[in-house]
Amino acid sequence: MDWSLLITQLLNGLQLGLLLFLLASGLTLIFGIMDFINLSHGSFYMIGAYFCGTVVAITGSFFIGVVFGLVGIFIVGAAVEWFIARRLYRSDHLDHVLVTFGLILIFDTLVHLLWGAQGMAIPLPDMLNGQIRIGELVLPTYRMLIIGCGLGVAALLYVLVVRTRLGMLIRAGASNRTMVEALGININRLFLVVFALGAAMAGFAGMLIAPITEASIGMGNDIIIVAFVVVIVGGIGSVKGAFYAALILGMMDTLSRSYLDVVLGWFMPVTYAETAAPALSAMLIYILMAAVLAFRPQGLFPPAGAK
Amino acid sequence: MKAWLPQTWSGRIYALLLLSLALAPFVLDWMKQPFYLDLLTRALIFAIAVISLNLILGYGGMVSLGHAAYIGIGAYCVGIPSYYDYYNGWLHLALALGVGGGFALITGAISLRTKGVYFIMITMAFSQMAFFLFVSMEEYGADDGLVIYSRSEFPQWISLDSAFGLYYWIFAVLLLALFFIHRLVHAHFGRVIVGSKFNEERMMALGFNTYRYRLACYVLSAMLCSVAGMLLGNFAGFISPDMMSWARSGELIFMVIIGGVGTLFGPLIGTMVFVLLEEILSAITVYWHLIFGIMLVALVLYGKGGIHGWLSLLDRGGGGRG
Repeated sequence: MDWSLLITQLLNGLQLGLLLFLLASGLTLIFGIMDFINLSHGSFYMIGAYFCGTVVAITGSFFIGVVFGLVGIFIVGAAVEWFIARRLYRSDHLDHVLVTFGLILIFDTLVHLLWGAQGMAIPLPDMLNGQIRIGELVLPTYRMLIIGCGLGVAALLYVLVVRTRLGMLIRAGASNRTMVEALGININRLFLVVFALGAAMAGFAGMLIAPITEASIGMGNDIIIVAFVVVIVGGIGSVKGAFYAALILGMMDTLSRSYLDVVLGWFMPVTYAETAAPALSAMLIYILMAAVLAFRPQGLFPPAGAK
Repeated sequence: MKAWLPQTWSGRIYALLLLSLALAPFVLDWMKQPFYLDLLTRALIFAIAVISLNLILGYGGMVSLGHAAYIGIGAYCVGIPSYYDYYNGWLHLALALGVGGGFALITGAISLRTKGVYFIMITMAFSQMAFFLFVSMEEYGADDGLVIYSRSEFPQWISLDSAFGLYYWIFAVLLLALFFIHRLVHAHFGRVIVGSKFNEERMMALGFNTYRYRLACYVLSAMLCSVAGMLLGNFAGFISPDMMSWARSGELIFMVIIGGVGTLFGPLIGTMVFVLLEEILSAITVYWHLIFGIMLVALVLYGKGGIHGWLSLLDRGGGGRG
């Protein structure tokens, strides 16, 4: 067995898991606290990447790009909450689906209008383009940075949610929104902050991945579904659940794509295994979701006291 | 006024719509516009799918964001047998009903255990699963799709080979679907479905196993949608996993909303408007999705009830009883 390949794949799985966490943590809070389904969360992922890429193209610095990108996407998120989402919290989920689907169409076309149909490559500074060598292992520096950033944001979010007053309100909101309102908390401001924060995290994920894949129209529309699966598996409203579920799904998806044919080969003829493996690995995370729903419909780590 | 004539303005408009759809091929043929007959055929196929979606979404209150999966499944039930030179239409139909219904039974049994936001996301996830399953099947073209070289054959019964024949058979399926939904919704079964949309606890207290009713409704809707998929595969002659991506499912919901949720003719008229607008706007500008997006947001925030809602306003102003 090729151990360095296995380690590389494990790190890739970790990277995908952390990106999923950045997307899903915002989603799960928006679901849990506002009971609002936001299909256009993936658009924040895309817009973050384009904002960052534009600033990088002007200033030449990736770090300035990320900072400005974060501010920009925070403002976009706040604007969407202020002008659109806020008016819909009391209407039914069908309206959420329709309006946020409309927003996807609008955002995708606006990006097309502003930046053109081609993708946008984001150059990395030289110091991030290198590789780290540990014995026989060669690891790209930038991928390690993504993992570091993901873990860093997860830690920050943990501190925010568990140790601060805002976090206390967020947890209380996810468990019982009506009670928080009854206690005289300015719920509108809480909603605004949570929505914009979620948008910023999604945008950050987009900025991190764009130097590898380049920013493109609709880049968020596929990964957002996996983020939904993460939210369901982890339990709606639970940041902790989103973290574990994202890592599990990220690992499972990456590893099954490389090793499922080998594993299946132990049980069946190799030719069958090679045909079945791609199909099965494409469906694996959804099968896991179905299994979780069948045995634990509330998710693996539902927020305390939530119904 | 004769009793069988529609008594309301909206009813008259719908009757006129059906009549013009029935005559359209002759008029278009006389005008030498085969392109518009194609467009209309496509619109009718999608109308069948949208009617099926409206059954669960409009009448049953189950917001499925994965209905396009069944269009894809129906289409591949034509495509894969044809790939092996099995062109028998009855086989294609049986497969579409069986596979579509089976997939709906399994995924519906799981997703209907949940409600609200969960249900929306789960139907979406399952359709994405079907999407990736077909993308992973290299044998059947994967991403690039599959060409169907010949239409389904129903020996001695039906011929789908001419544009006219195909159109009228699709129109017949559409009329059947409308009739079926009308009867279903006014039957005992439909009352339970509509009742559990508004107050599920009360229906359960009345002794109905609402879960079973909903599941049956979900499966019926999926089977009807698979038939639409089968027709689409026949009409287009080319199928690809893109037909079942969740953006397509979103468009299906959009079509329901334009026409009017939970109404008999809403889905039909909504689909007509959507397909026509798509054709016109995409000819004018490549940025037509922007207009669609704004329309959709505006429709939800300001235009309650869709086209059916606006037509009903006519009924209140004049005309007979509603």
